[in-house]
Amino acid sequence: MKKLSLILVSFFLVLKIAYANTYSSDPQIFIKELVNDAISKLSDKNLTEDEKKNFVEKIAIENVDINALSLYTLGELRKTTDKNILEKYQEAFKNYFLKSLTSRLTDYSSNKFEIINAEKKSSNYTIVRSKIVSSDNQPEIKIDWRVYTKNPEKPLIRDLIVEGLSLARTQKEEFSSILNSNNNDINFLISKLEEFINS
Amino acid sequence: MRFKKIYSITCSILLMLSVNAYAETNNKECFEKVSRGIFKFNQGFDKVILKPVAKGYNKLPEPIRNGTSNFTSNIATLLSIPNHLLQGEIRLAGHASGSFLINTTVGVLGLGNPAGLMGLENQKEDLGQTLGTYGVPGGCYFVLPILGPTNVRDSVGMVIDNNYLDPFARVTWHEKEIKNISGTKIDYLGVKAASAVDFRGDNMTNFESLEKNSIDLYAATKSLYLQNRKNKINNSSGDEDDWGNLDN
Repeated sequence: MKKLSLILVSFFLVLKIAYANTYSSDPQIFIKELVNDAISKLSDKNLTEDEKKNFVEKIAIENVDINALSLYTLGELRKTTDKNILEKYQEAFKNYFLKSLTSRLTDYSSNKFEIINAEKKSSNYTIVRSKIVSSDNQPEIKIDWRVYTKNPEKPLIRDLIVEGLSLARTQKEEFSSILNSNNNDINFLISKLEEFINS
Repeated sequence: MRFKKIYSITCSILLMLSVNAYAETNNKECFEKVSRGIFKFNQGFDKVILKPVAKGYNKLPEPIRNGTSNFTSNIATLLSIPNHLLQGEIRLAGHASGSFLINTTVGVLGLGNPAGLMGLENQKEDLGQTLGTYGVPGGCYFVLPILGPTNVRDSVGMVIDNNYLDPFARVTWHEKEIKNISGTKIDYLGVKAASAVDFRGDNMTNFESLEKNSIDLYAATKSLYLQNRKNKINNSSGDEDDWGNLDN
């Protein structure tokens, strides 16, 4: 009897952990649940920095379309780059993205977040409009989330548009500048990303 | 004298259009190395002067910061009004005029923003944006000392704004008396400095986050500047789809 209850408790615990980060498939609710979850974890003083970092990485890998983002930020070069080098770039990009995302989310985690509305742009995209409520040291910030909904059951974030400024486009143009100054050498870009990851 | 002024404006616009044609087709900067040098200088200026002042400013009580922000915004409205008119935006020109009148009187010299509470829109406009709405391309991107990122269209617009369209600049920087109102260059520089400190203070976290997470801060700043100008010209929120064939 004791064994059975132990098994049952373990089973429920496993289920709870497995589904802890499963968010709604409705883009608006998906963003709300995801951000509130992130804010509560990042502002939890009982969690260590490593635990917070691991949490952010986990939700990013599951809910952000990092693969598409890496290809988008590379621009036209993605079409002519050797497959193996492209994979190396995507791996470096993923690590760069996760590191910078943790840093960015930590910067804004102490603020209150509100969803405004959502607009379905096409069958592939919904823009979810939100804001970070103004605080003593910061005015209100409008944030739009470009959510990729090709698979309606599993929405994925592709871009954050902060006060009308797309982070994905900024990243793409930053990479483009580095590539233009270095004869479109993707290995140079990879080395710059690795430099950032190891800094 | 008047002919000379008109001649110089015409020459500036022709120069701007010819440089723009080059820059748009090549999608390059005209003097990137110089701009990167100036950008570094501006970063030093920010680190030593602007950021510490803005940090101190952020410690001031909220009503003082709001008052400063409202005051500088109200003065900027004077430039927005003629530009709304040049863009044919009669409704927005009406809103901006109403906003300026109400905030200057009821709002005590613009320190308060009662017009905002009444629902009057106060969208900032300048000649760079006006030329953009006429289809004049931005052209060469470059960086000015202290003033920061710009392009040919916006810098020519800024000069014309300062010399002809902005009543506040006419009264203060050019020391021309309008209806018994007079001012000095110090007044002009004081308001511009307050506006810069207010903006820097508002964006403390944004700047720090951008600096920390960029691998080429110059390029990131350029992208943000150009996106921001494009959004302002189109009065859009910047959520256009340019993901192209990645969706297929």
